[in-house]
Amino acid sequence: MPNPRKFLDAAYQWVDERLDLTPVIEHASHKRVPEHKHSFWYYWGGICLFLFLVQVLTGVLLMVYYRPGPDAYDSVREITYQIRFGWLIRSVHAWSANLMIFAVFVHMFSVFFMKAYRQPREFGWWSGLGLLGLCMVFGFSGYLLPMDELAFFATRVGLAIPETMPGMSGIISALLRGGPEVSSATLQRFFALHVVVLPALFAPLLGIHLWLVQKHGNALPPSEEAKPEAQRKSIPFFPNFAMRDMAVWLVVLNIIALLAALFPWQLDAAADPLKSAPPGIHPEWYFMSQFEALKLLGRVIPGTLGEFAGVGLFTLALLLWAAVPLFDTRTAPGQRGRITTLFGLIVLLATIALTIIGYIEVL
Amino acid sequence: MSDSPEETPSLTRRVFVKTGIAAAGACYAAALGYPVYQYLAAAAQKAEAESAVKEVVLNDVDKLPVPSALMFKFGGHPAMLIRHGDDAWTALTAVCTHLGCTVQFDAKQNLITCACHGGVYNASTGANISGPPPKPLTAFHVVVSQGKAVVTRA
Repeated sequence: MPNPRKFLDAAYQWVDERLDLTPVIEHASHKRVPEHKHSFWYYWGGICLFLFLVQVLTGVLLMVYYRPGPDAYDSVREITYQIRFGWLIRSVHAWSANLMIFAVFVHMFSVFFMKAYRQPREFGWWSGLGLLGLCMVFGFSGYLLPMDELAFFATRVGLAIPETMPGMSGIISALLRGGPEVSSATLQRFFALHVVVLPALFAPLLGIHLWLVQKHGNALPPSEEAKPEAQRKSIPFFPNFAMRDMAVWLVVLNIIALLAALFPWQLDAAADPLKSAPPGIHPEWYFMSQFEALKLLGRVIPGTLGEFAGVGLFTLALLLWAAVPLFDTRTAPGQRGRITTLFGLIVLLATIALTIIGYIEVL
Repeated sequence: MSDSPEETPSLTRRVFVKTGIAAAGACYAAALGYPVYQYLAAAAQKAEAESAVKEVVLNDVDKLPVPSALMFKFGGHPAMLIRHGDDAWTALTAVCTHLGCTVQFDAKQNLITCACHGGVYNASTGANISGPPPKPLTAFHVVVSQGKAVVTRA
């Protein structure tokens, strides 16, 4: 009987001769992850990746029974209440989507406060912001797909906000909504966006993002950078950090399972354009701060001008946020850049405060 | 307890941990795999339950030209009711036993043929006459009275 070990070695050699894997494995085996009091935040990128994988798997499973078009609501009702474990797959998809956006936000702010966007990691920051933007469009487009009451009104309001901008009305109607009213034409477009266009944009951007992480390694926070090299600690990526990563993924998997089992996602009544909007309707939590900011600004500057000012202000803040690697340049290793940190704190606190105010106002 | 080197414990810590991780991994794989399998299998199970039909009633069959065939669904699969020239009736599954194409009635030659690979069946019995089909078409029991055909499993 042939020795299985020898067979595996020979098989590896056959592949290696053709794909030249040894340098990759060599590189991976020397990869190290810094260990310090802020190391906890290094796991959040991995958590985002895991949740994305959960989204891909459960999304494909949902597509097996989901029927876009006039049948959409009925197909989601079947998935939720008739098909075995359909409720579980749908709940996992919905919970994991929310957790993913939360994890992406945590990841972004931790990168911000650890100054991990500084040279040479600017493109990591920008690709990450691009991924966050895509995540939000994923969330917005996915929200309509069950075509229940809540989905219908959320999309109606969501599309009405940019529509108040001068010249936007025709564009929204013609390109996104597919008509003057949210209908199955809108749904069909959002479906195409959600399952084809967005994944096609997301996957390569994620590839670039992950490649950059491999290329540059984990960034050190300024407090660590200030230390002499001999005092910095690190652990090997394989197997130490990878095992810890897996353990964190397992914890996240258990949290999703628990949430999905204890709080399964419900389905409202079918969307009916003739029914009035249900009381207390509000955007998803990740759109709440923007929604509330627009609302508050609208009270100070009423009318279209307020909306215009709001959207202008957002665009400005977003550009400033994206440009952080350009103005917070490193002058000496370990320098903190306190003004940038203050800017980040203001953004973080404003986001949280506006979200809370938004919920207080609608509930 | 003894530290003597000749006594190796039968269960080392490493083996214990490895077995534990493997067992936990198997539990997770099962906990994830079972719902996914059941979810995916639900469609086939539903179709099977629907095809557990015992009887199909076809109305107005006396209006069928002579000879001709009426395609209908028996359970989940296509079937054909043939009205022969001598006013005899035959009901057969319409799924070719070769590779599952739907067969057709050739009234001129009084044969059932399959367009996919040229299988030919006897239109009265369903027996495979020529071509690749390995088995005859299954015949149903059919009773026609007052324009109504009652088709049941033979």
